[in-house]
Amino acid sequence: MTPPPAGSLLVATDLRKAYGPTTALDGAGFSIHPGEVVAVMGPSGSGKSTLLHCLAGIVPPDSGSITYNGREMATMNDAQRSALRRSDFGFVFQFGQLVPELTCVENVALPLRLNGVSRKEAERTALSWMARLEVDDLARKRPGEVSGGQGQRVAVARALVTGPRVLFADEPTGALDSLNGERVMELLTEAARSTNAAVVLVTHEARVAAYSDREIVVRDGKSRDMERVI
Amino acid sequence: MVCIRGVYSHAMSIGHTLLGLLESGPRHGYDLKRAFDEKFGHDRPLHYGQVYSTMSRLLKNGLVEVDGIEPGGGPERKRYAITEAGITDVQRWLATPEKPEPYLQSTLYTKVVLALLTHRDAADILDTQRSEHLRMMRILTDRKRKGDLADQLICDHALFHLEADLRWLELTAARLGKLAEVVTR
Repeated sequence: MTPPPAGSLLVATDLRKAYGPTTALDGAGFSIHPGEVVAVMGPSGSGKSTLLHCLAGIVPPDSGSITYNGREMATMNDAQRSALRRSDFGFVFQFGQLVPELTCVENVALPLRLNGVSRKEAERTALSWMARLEVDDLARKRPGEVSGGQGQRVAVARALVTGPRVLFADEPTGALDSLNGERVMELLTEAARSTNAAVVLVTHEARVAAYSDREIVVRDGKSRDMERVI
Repeated sequence: MVCIRGVYSHAMSIGHTLLGLLESGPRHGYDLKRAFDEKFGHDRPLHYGQVYSTMSRLLKNGLVEVDGIEPGGGPERKRYAITEAGITDVQRWLATPEKPEPYLQSTLYTKVVLALLTHRDAADILDTQRSEHLRMMRILTDRKRKGDLADQLICDHALFHLEADLRWLELTAARLGKLAEVVTR
């Protein structure tokens, strides 16, 4: 197996994962550098979301290795992995990620509040991120009062508010029209690059993948790094 | 079998296709034409002249050799076999992604079918082509981001066309098993 490039922040090798009789990952690998945007592509059911969940420490692989910043994730207990997800990882999904009872700014400030930051300080930081994502005017609205595209930008602001080193985005524009999807991708990648965050972008849309620096293709649980092939 | 009308002779290499067909075994020129028409040229069959002029060129370039000549003379009596250099040439052609451009499907379709016929990895061809398309899409996306509205609209047009190619490519990838059954029947 080809060794991952030097300086990788997150590296996975020979990942295997099965759900009962169904094999989701069958020797998949992955690596990403700080500040890099990598698209994970593949048909439905190919294993790309499972790969993201394993990389993010949400689901443990049956075997294989995942190292984050030089540390083997299998050696961490659940509490340590949870702490890592809160401090170093950010998440954007396709649907239903904002808490409907909270205002948009409270949603964005939530990860900071969970980390013990005061309300005032958390909301100040949240507002600055909302301004970068061009949704600061929605601060006092609730998620039910904003459009899908606006809500997704709020979700991106929330994912970036803690200054994560890796942003995991699973079909982040899947529920948006072309124009809104495009704007979300522009703002997401600009914000991530400005903070040198790595972005793991799971998508089946080529126009979304075109915002990445390179792509890996997952098929039948196996991954293929196209940059190293060409 | 599917055929894409009117595009074939401009967009793709007849020579490579005939070479690919020879990989499964030596054939006469007539058999080659029949195999080509059946797989790739239903409503636009090759002319005999095209077959023989192509075979002469391939012969001259050492990509095929004459495997035998039946009594009676004439070019239609020659049986051609692919050489090692010919196999290498087909392999190189299949492995090289096409420049993203309109009406590419006929060439890609031919490459995929030939890969299946010659027991190569057809998914590999599609992966390589996807990567080439994405490379172009990244360039256009970047140009769009830095450009004015006119640039954005022009780039969008190209991006949507490339995206359509990629959708076709993904669908083909999902149907490779079925296609293999049909073409090798």
